[in-house]
Amino acid sequence: MPDPEIKSYEPHHGSRSAAVTESRPARVALMAVAFAFLGIFLVLPLIIVFNEAFAKGIDAYTEALGNPDTRSAIRLTLLVAAISVPLNIVFGISAAWAIAKFEFKGKAFLTTLIDLPFSVSPVISGLVYVLLFGAQGLLGSWLKAHGIVILFAVPGIVLATVFVTFPFVARELIPLMQEQGNGDEEAALSLGANGWQTFWYVTLPNVKWGLLYGVLLCNARAMGEFGAVSVVSGHIRGLTNTMPLHVEILYNEYNAVGAFAVASLLAGLALVTLVLKTLLEMRYGAEIAATRGH
Amino acid sequence: MTTAPAQAGWRFKQPSVIPGFGLTLGFSLAYLTLIILIPLSGLLWRSAALGWPEFWAIATDRRTINALRISFGTAFLAAAVNVVFGTLVAWVLVRYRFPGRRIVDAMVDLPFALPTAVAGIALTTLYAPNGWIGKLLMPLGIKVAYTPLGIVIALVFIGLPFVVRTVQPIMEEIDREVEEAAATLGANRLQIITRVLFPGLAPAIVTGFALAFARGVGEYGSVIFIAGNLPYKSEIAPLLIVIRLEEYNYPAATAIAAIMLALSFIMLLVVNLVQTWSRKRYA
Repeated sequence: MPDPEIKSYEPHHGSRSAAVTESRPARVALMAVAFAFLGIFLVLPLIIVFNEAFAKGIDAYTEALGNPDTRSAIRLTLLVAAISVPLNIVFGISAAWAIAKFEFKGKAFLTTLIDLPFSVSPVISGLVYVLLFGAQGLLGSWLKAHGIVILFAVPGIVLATVFVTFPFVARELIPLMQEQGNGDEEAALSLGANGWQTFWYVTLPNVKWGLLYGVLLCNARAMGEFGAVSVVSGHIRGLTNTMPLHVEILYNEYNAVGAFAVASLLAGLALVTLVLKTLLEMRYGAEIAATRGH
Repeated sequence: MTTAPAQAGWRFKQPSVIPGFGLTLGFSLAYLTLIILIPLSGLLWRSAALGWPEFWAIATDRRTINALRISFGTAFLAAAVNVVFGTLVAWVLVRYRFPGRRIVDAMVDLPFALPTAVAGIALTTLYAPNGWIGKLLMPLGIKVAYTPLGIVIALVFIGLPFVVRTVQPIMEEIDREVEEAAATLGANRLQIITRVLFPGLAPAIVTGFALAFARGVGEYGSVIFIAGNLPYKSEIAPLLIVIRLEEYNYPAATAIAAIMLALSFIMLLVVNLVQTWSRKRYA
């Protein structure tokens, strides 16, 4: 128990002496530099996206979004995310269960391998599939003989997307489940629940916000991936163009309004992601605190 | 918990009452192998199959060397810029209270959430000679878009959250009584920052630098719009891989990719060593 008389000698938090915080002018100057930096590097790019998208009025904007090729790019992006995100959710939960609930040899190495896609350039993530499935690839002639098309088609785009978004769910869940320990699960099992019931009624409710957090980041990357998808897509208009690829094509055709109109949808997605992420951190901070950040 | 009667020597897995180990580990390993390990080893296998003379010829090609130098050089510069400004941003977010702090804090993650192609065209439009920022820099004789400087700008954007999000949690944990003690003992503010605070933050700053650098080396989407992509001048290594692929020059694409992977891993290793060293030094 702190002695109240001694406590009164401690400086108040609001008024620390100059030696323990910066002087007021220094504080103002540091904040000004930080805000100027963030303004130039983060806020201006965001503003210019919407500014350019609406540069020729709302009609030009809606017309650009009504274009059939744009529509098919939006559909493809949604389709690719709808396949690759659930795949990585199943993997993330499965890997987290194995790694967080059990002690086994080589666990640290396995965890490192899961993070591997983050240290590979997106272009290389696409290239590896070209080398595997391309015409000159290891499996190329076999695939051709059996009439299976992976490259320059939806399966290739899905594979490349799965590669780059591979770690997102797992790396949120592993530290979270490790921190929560096995006590709840052991209690449920000892009360007669089977493994599946234990997972569904005990583990999943415990980690649901962390899981949602991982899914959110995974989805943002899946819908926005450019480099990896660009290498495997073949850029066939109306067929294998995702939204980010369509942005590139329109931009290179000097169709600024079109490019920025599609870009504005992706920027909107990014903003929604940030808002949801912040809400999750505010409300369930304790539950997902273990893994704050990238 | 029962203890094993005789401590068996080597055991793959500690005993546990929790079920599902075989299923989840088996599925995870199979998925990891199919999606990541087989494709990556395919790349290594193909580059090994090239044979040393051909590999060496591609690696020492002037265009390859320049592209690698530009990728690693610009990523290094951008990570250095981010170390300075990222640490400052983290400091402002952790130590100062101001209205809208939560919004500013959330905005720092924008580069994680914004697709790289969108960032690329937005930055290019801003820094083009007739853009909002480019127009201001033009009279000063500074050209950003379509030069290596543009690459640095794009990589600063991409790398910023890596530094902030690595340094910020460590800053939050700093015990302020240490600062008070130093002040009581007569240290001035600058001495406290450089002698007391910085050593504790150094490992996190190094980690943030490494993450931003590694991401910058491989970055493609945000760079290709603003770089101008002139061979030997502003052509990054990932773009050269794409160009070689489009020429159906698979050996060259494979070799450059293998070199990039190897350099990245060497770099991560060095950073790990530096981290261990700084942790020991400043423990």
